[in-house]
Amino acid sequence: MHYNTGYHGEAVPLVRRFVQTFRDAEAVCVPSASCVAMMREHYELMAERENDPAFLADVRSLLPRVFEFSELLVNRLNLEDVGAHFADTVTYHPSCHSLRMLHVGDAPRKLLRAVRGLTLIELPNQEQCCGFGGTFAVKNADVSAAMLTAKDACVIETGANVVTALDNSCLMQIYGGLHRAGSAVRTMHLAEILASEAPQ
Amino acid sequence: MSVRVGKTATAPTFPIAAHNALANRQLRANVARATNTIRSKRALRVEEMPDWQALRQSASDIKSHTLAHLDHYLTKFERNCERAGGKVHWARDADEANTIAIDLIRHYGGTEVIKVKTMTSDEVQMNVALEAAGITPIETDLADMIVQMGHDEPSHIVVPALHKNRFEIAEIFRRTMNLPDLTDTPADLAAAARAYLRDRFLRVKIGISGANFAIAETGAICVVESEGNGRMCVTMPDVLISLVGVEKVIPTFQDLEVFLQLLPRSATGERMNPYTSLWTGVTPHHQAQDGPRAFHIILLDNGRTAQLLDERERETLACIRCGACLNACPVYRETGGLAYGSIYSGPIGAILSPQLQNLEHSRSLPYASTLCGACYEVCPVKINIPETLIHLRGRIVREDQKTLGGIFSAENLAMQIAAKAFLNHRSYEAAQRLARMGQRIFERDGQLTNLPGMAGGWTQYRDLRPIPKSSFRDWWKSREKESRS
Repeated sequence: MHYNTGYHGEAVPLVRRFVQTFRDAEAVCVPSASCVAMMREHYELMAERENDPAFLADVRSLLPRVFEFSELLVNRLNLEDVGAHFADTVTYHPSCHSLRMLHVGDAPRKLLRAVRGLTLIELPNQEQCCGFGGTFAVKNADVSAAMLTAKDACVIETGANVVTALDNSCLMQIYGGLHRAGSAVRTMHLAEILASEAPQ
Repeated sequence: MSVRVGKTATAPTFPIAAHNALANRQLRANVARATNTIRSKRALRVEEMPDWQALRQSASDIKSHTLAHLDHYLTKFERNCERAGGKVHWARDADEANTIAIDLIRHYGGTEVIKVKTMTSDEVQMNVALEAAGITPIETDLADMIVQMGHDEPSHIVVPALHKNRFEIAEIFRRTMNLPDLTDTPADLAAAARAYLRDRFLRVKIGISGANFAIAETGAICVVESEGNGRMCVTMPDVLISLVGVEKVIPTFQDLEVFLQLLPRSATGERMNPYTSLWTGVTPHHQAQDGPRAFHIILLDNGRTAQLLDERERETLACIRCGACLNACPVYRETGGLAYGSIYSGPIGAILSPQLQNLEHSRSLPYASTLCGACYEVCPVKINIPETLIHLRGRIVREDQKTLGGIFSAENLAMQIAAKAFLNHRSYEAAQRLARMGQRIFERDGQLTNLPGMAGGWTQYRDLRPIPKSSFRDWWKSREKESRS
């Protein structure tokens, strides 16, 4: 949030804190593609600007161990079927950063297709941004809402009961618009769907 | 020196202009229709290119090499252009460029000029300057003509009248061409424009153009267009004046091979545009059947060389004005181009307009993006627009933080508090507890629907779930405790 809004100096202590906390982890699983994109695109640059070789070395050593949730399952653990059961219709919104910065590709769809009972419906015009964009949502609330209206119209068009994504931020935006419009479509992070089990 | 970019100095901020644009349903329908058409054509023409990514890389390499050695290539261009009979003029800013043009037109005794589409002349507001000097500029590009006749502003780099549909265009033609019975069928509109323009092409002795490329190796200028009006403007008049931004220079003729594959596909979704005009100097007088007898080039800086200093900002100068980023941008597609308050609109405008003016104007533009990355994905010269937007936001924040108003702005205070709260888990959890208590008074039927301050921008259009009683961290802790017991 700080870095993307232009508060570059303020972001550095937060990066240091993150690196310090996770330095020794074998793998870091992040349930937000946007956060992973921030780390991969900017952490190194920020550390370079700090002129702190130890910090830079830590960043470089940690980054290859950071995984977005679906990346970790499909690419690192070679897992597509996690044994989940979710009997409902679902549409998937490929969030901008998962799509264009992380290039997660088909990983989330592979996971969804393996879920028992789940019907996946493709979202029309899916590559279009939902309009959140961090502080953009309040600085340019009118435009953000117009983009959201377009996105939610596509979600409703699918007839799916659930919309999922790799970013809770996008889902918060999509939910906010759907709920305001009186729609009963639910928003769930992919992890929530994969954690669902068959009723006993 | 005073850098000026169109009417940015008096334009409202983006959020205000966008608010008004969003209320204009006709405008939004026109923009959506036009951008959808160009986008799908572009996708088709890019898909069929197996080496598209390699071409993008080549273009990016050529541009970054040229910009790193701009002094060399510009003087080389000057030498070769003058050897072929052209005359090169150097303009530091908008006023200098306009003064040079006016002096030249007066020298040749002209009172009117025909113009082929040039964004750069809009950048320096050349038409305003010419009119003030008693010279009549006549736009001959169909879209620019519509904009000029309608006393409007261009809303797209490639398709300036994209915000108008044919019914609105017919109305403008009826009024300004005095053709009360003109229908709004495309054929009739084209015929009216043709008759109007043909008369001017044959009559006016001075032409003004821009350039897509200026080739250092040969001193040639290249203009890429669709209608043929450009070909008319650069061949019919006796005098040709070309206004060219210094970043338009490329080293060799062969470099066109790369750019002429990328530009039409990116701009209009065509494999090749209908007219590509290249001209070098003048034809010797005794053989002159056509082509200008005098050729002047005005090389324009207007803030560009200052941009060379910073590596990130320098990259913006690689832009070949294809407009693909506008068509791809979800913000542009909702608001159209006029909301940007600059003749350079969309994602490229959001970084170019503020940079040219060293952030003096257009300060709201770097925020007119969700950083979704659609612009970067389609850019034929690989300008990392999202990264540049973030860079400019950083410059703006650092400048603002030097003023009292900036320090005590609601945004800065919120960011400082958040930076402290996020710094360790105790302060983070304390902030969560505080928010949980505070949100109670705003909760209606399990939703937050009317929050105060900046958060009101959120609830104006969207509901928000309250922060749950138990957080992920609480759940994680209790889970660990359970597994231990």
